[in-house]
Amino acid sequence: MHLDSAMSQRVTFNNKLLPYLLLAPQMLVTLVFFFWPAYQAARSSLYLPDPFGLSEQYVGLENFTFLLEDPYYRASFLTTATFSALVAAISMGAALWLAVMADRVIKGSGAYRTLLIWPYAVAPAIAGVLWLFMFNPSIGVAPYYLKALGYNWNHVLNPGEAMGLVVAASAWKQVSYNFLFFLAGLQAIPKSVIEAAAIDGAGFWRRFRTIVFPLLSPTTFFLLVVNVVYAFFETFGVIHTITAGGPQQATTILVYKVYSDGFVGQDLGSSAAQSVILLLVVGVLTIVQFRFIERKVHY
Amino acid sequence: MADVSLRAVRKSYGKTEVIHGVDIDIADGEMIVIVGPSGCGKSTLLRMVAGLEDITAGEIGIGGRVVNDLEPRERDIAMVFQNYALYPHMSVRQNLAYGLKIAKMDKVEIARRVDKAATLLQIGEYLNRKPRQLSGGQRQRVAMGRAIVREPSVFLFDEPLSNLDAKLRVQMRMEIKNLQHELGVTALYVTHDQVEAMTMADRMIVMNAGVAEQIGAPLEVYNNPQSKFVGGFIGSPPMNFLPTGAVTAPASTTEIGVRPEHLRFCAPGAGLFDGTLKFQEALGAEMLLHLQDATGRVIVMRVETRDAPALGTETVSVTADPADILFFDANGKRA
Ligand SMILES: Nc1ncnc2c1ncn2[C@@H]1O[C@H](COP(=O)(O)OP(=O)(O)O)[C@@H](O)[C@H]1O
Ligand SMILES: [Mg+2]
Repeated sequence: MHLDSAMSQRVTFNNKLLPYLLLAPQMLVTLVFFFWPAYQAARSSLYLPDPFGLSEQYVGLENFTFLLEDPYYRASFLTTATFSALVAAISMGAALWLAVMADRVIKGSGAYRTLLIWPYAVAPAIAGVLWLFMFNPSIGVAPYYLKALGYNWNHVLNPGEAMGLVVAASAWKQVSYNFLFFLAGLQAIPKSVIEAAAIDGAGFWRRFRTIVFPLLSPTTFFLLVVNVVYAFFETFGVIHTITAGGPQQATTILVYKVYSDGFVGQDLGSSAAQSVILLLVVGVLTIVQFRFIERKVHY
Repeated sequence: MADVSLRAVRKSYGKTEVIHGVDIDIADGEMIVIVGPSGCGKSTLLRMVAGLEDITAGEIGIGGRVVNDLEPRERDIAMVFQNYALYPHMSVRQNLAYGLKIAKMDKVEIARRVDKAATLLQIGEYLNRKPRQLSGGQRQRVAMGRAIVREPSVFLFDEPLSNLDAKLRVQMRMEIKNLQHELGVTALYVTHDQVEAMTMADRMIVMNAGVAEQIGAPLEVYNNPQSKFVGGFIGSPPMNFLPTGAVTAPASTTEIGVRPEHLRFCAPGAGLFDGTLKFQEALGAEMLLHLQDATGRVIVMRVETRDAPALGTETVSVTADPADILFFDANGKRA
C-alpha cells in the first residue's frame, strides 16, 4: 500500500527556481538571436539613416509606402511566388517519385537511400557553384551538349533560363530531405492495406491515387510548409552564387532583395522594412497553410 | 462459387524453401481451416492462393482455372486480414464500396449490396464512421463486410479473430461459420488456434514446418492423428506420449499415444504408467490431473471432477483401452 502510493507519485523538485534555470539557456539564445534582431529590424524600418550612418531620422511608415509603390519590389513578390511554387512542386514531386520507386525495391535499397541523401549534406553555396559550373555558358558541360542539340544556353542574359537554373539547383538540394520523409511515410502505410486494395481490384496508379497519396497527406503537408520556408529563406546561397539576383532582377526573391538593398545598396531603412514584410508574409502563409490545407489532411 | 485445387504447391524465399509441396482439392462451398504453429507457412500458403505471393512451383486452380499467373483482382477472391487492413481515411461505407466502385458497378447496386452486408453484419449504424472510431470487434465486422459485398467465389481469412478478446472470438467464430455456410462460398481459413480449427472446419489441414501433415475432418484428425505432431497439436491438453512398455504393438513402434480422456485408474503395476498426483486443474465438470513418474515424465489425464482423487504421494496406476492406444514409429509417424 505504502509502496503503491509512493510509486504512483510524480518526481517533484521543491526548488521553484530550477525550471527557470533549466530554461534560461534556450531563452537566452532565442532572445539574442531572434527577438533582439527582430526588434532591431522593426525599429530600423521606421527610421531613415543618413548616408554615413552617423544619425537617423524617424520617418514613420514611409519606408513601407515607398516600398509598396516600388515596381521592382512588387516584381520581387511575383518572382518569389513563382520561385517558391516551382521549387516546392519540383522537389516534392521528384522526391515522391523517387520514394515510391525506392519503396518497391527491396534489395540494395540502403545504397539508393544513402546516395539520395547526399545532396542534402551539400551547403547551399557549394550546390550553387556546382550547378553554376555545369551550366556556365562558356565552359559548362550542359550548355556544350545543349549547343550540339541546337540550343543556345545563356542564363546570364536570359531571365527564364536563370530562373530555371536557380529553381533546379534549389529543388535538387531539397529532394533528399523530402525523399527521406516520403519514404518513411510510405513505409508507415501498412502493407496489408495496399494488398487489400489490390485484391479489391485497384491497379498501381489507382492505389496510389486513392490510398497511398491520401495516407501520405500528413507528410505532404508538413513538407509543403518546410519547402516553402526553405524556398523563401534558405535558397539565398544558391541564388547568390548562381545569378546574384539577375539578370534584370529576374531571380531576386524577397530575401535576396533584403540583402541586396541593405548590404549592397546600403538602404538600411528599406531593407529593414522588407524584413518586416517578409516576416509577415511567412506568418500569413503558415496560417493559411494550417487553416485551409490541413483540413484536407487525413491524420 | 468455385472449387479450389492445390497441386504440389511450393514456395521459396531465395534459397530457403518454406512450403514443401502441398496438395488438396477443396470442394465448392467447403470450409477448410489451415492450422499449425506460428511460422509453419500458413499465411504464405494463403497468400499464394490470393495472388499476393508468387508460386515457386506447382499449380493453384480456382473454379477450374489455373490462376498462377493471374493478379489478385483477377482471381475472384476476397481476403480478411489479421489487422483488418481497413482503409483508414475512408468511412465504413466507402470501405465496403471501394471494390465495387472499381468494378464500375452502378450506384444503386452498390448501395443495395452495402446495405445488405451492413444488415447481415449489424454494422448499419456505423456506416458513416471512420475505422478508428470503431472497436476491434466492429472493425472485424467491417473487414468481413468488405469481403462479402464483392460476392467472391472464395473467401480467404488470415487469423481474422486473433486480435479479439476471448469471448468475442468464440462468438465471432460461430458467426463466421454460419455466414460462410449461408452464403455457400468456399473458404480457406488460417489460424494457429486448434479450437478454432476444430469448431469451424469442414476439413482441416494441419501444417508443420511447411508440410501438410494431415488433411481431414476435425474429428477424424482428432481421433486418428497420422503423426505425433498432429496428436500433440490438436487437442487440449495434448495427447500423452509414453514408452511402449508391455503393450502389444507393431514391431516398428517406439512410442504410444493416449488422449487424456482415455486414461483411467487401474490396479497398481497393471497399467501403462505409475506415478504420483502432482497437480489438479479444475475446469468445472472435469478436472485435469498431472501425474509424474519416477523418471520425471509427466502425463495429463482428464476425469470427471467427482472421480478425482486427492493430491498425494502414494503411487497410482493408469491404463487405457487397447482400441484407444495409438502407435508411433521412430519418425513420429503411425506405426
Ligand atoms: N517475405 C519473406 N521473406 C523471407 N521469409 C519469409 C517471408 N515471409 C515469410 N517468411 C518465412 O516463411 C515462413 C512461414 O511464414 P508464414 O507463412 O508467415 O507463417 P505463419 O503464417 O504460419 O505463421 C516463416 O519461417 C517465415 O520466416
Ligand atoms: Mg501468419
